[in-house]
Amino acid sequence: MHEMSIALAVVGQVETAARVVAGDDTGASAPKARSVTLRVGELAGVVPDSLRFCFELACADSLLVGAELHVETVAGRARCAPCDADWATGLPPDLCCPRCGSGASQLTAGRELEIAEVRWGQPARTATPKED
Amino acid sequence: MCRVTELQQAVLAKNDHRADELRARLAARGTTVVNLLSSPGSGKTALLEAELKLACERGVPVAALTADLATENDATRLARSGAPVKQVLTDGLCHLEADMLAAQLDGWLPEATRLLFVENVGNLVCPASYDLGETLRVALASVTEGEDKPLKYPSAFGLAHLVVVTKADLAEAVEFDCAGFLANVRQVNPGVEVVFTSARRGEGVGALLDRAVAAHENGGPAHRPVMATGPQRHGHPHHHHVHEHAH
Repeated sequence: MHEMSIALAVVGQVETAARVVAGDDTGASAPKARSVTLRVGELAGVVPDSLRFCFELACADSLLVGAELHVETVAGRARCAPCDADWATGLPPDLCCPRCGSGASQLTAGRELEIAEVRWGQPARTATPKED
Repeated sequence: MCRVTELQQAVLAKNDHRADELRARLAARGTTVVNLLSSPGSGKTALLEAELKLACERGVPVAALTADLATENDATRLARSGAPVKQVLTDGLCHLEADMLAAQLDGWLPEATRLLFVENVGNLVCPASYDLGETLRVALASVTEGEDKPLKYPSAFGLAHLVVVTKADLAEAVEFDCAGFLANVRQVNPGVEVVFTSARRGEGVGALLDRAVAAHENGGPAHRPVMATGPQRHGHPHHHHVHEHAH
């Protein structure tokens, strides 16, 4: 279950981003995260339910404690260059061209595993937010 | 109004970046990594033992690192080949990461090593997501596991540069549907080579070593999996722009 490793990586990256947002390396005035949106491709090899479970645990004692997790699923799509076909791969993926039968030239979507967006709340330690 | 950051940051960017660093560092000293993925009990230790023995006979400097949740049994078996072998115990973690591999190599990997075979934790799910800095990724399946394995674990088989079928001597006994297996491999990884082996009978032993030597000499694999052409490979944390706006 590598979803825990992934959840911990998300927490680490969001905490780094919080320091960037606050312009503060110490993290003293870094905002808490209110919600995190992940973009997860259906071919990324990640189970969203398992990730939700791990995310809650990984957020403990961090700037993300209590943050909501939103998962946007991205369907797999592939393209065949010779005949210009573009199709939904499904899962398990079919990476052979439905028109000419040759192997796909490129997977254009479906392997995403990225943090799309973070919504920030109040700073963790100071009482005067810049906005909100 | 609340502040929002559009991060657009790949979650595994750090591992991908470390893997790229390790690949470059090993390439500079002439070492190529081969990452072996399979289910538990697929016979990858038996095949690897035979391949390492052959490499030693041919004078190819090889080494092997084997990862398990617990026990040093696999290292003991592989060491019979005569090649330098190291056991990594992951303490329950289901996969290796690039950092973990890098930490094992310092002070152990013999300078002359040309091929380093990494026997990943027996698991076809989690290890598929982690680049270890390998040049050749190999997915193995035994005939006893059934012909639909590539469809059940599309990331493991879809990202492989080579597919190895093991225990081929049992194919008839378990009524392995060879044509069905090849069609399933093609569905998730069109164009990938599939080799059939039996470590017990010696059939196909040497194919893995030959492909690894070729990848080492060519500085890359002969095949590029379609699944590896996706937009998220090798995201680098510093390439992503962080900007803010108010909602």
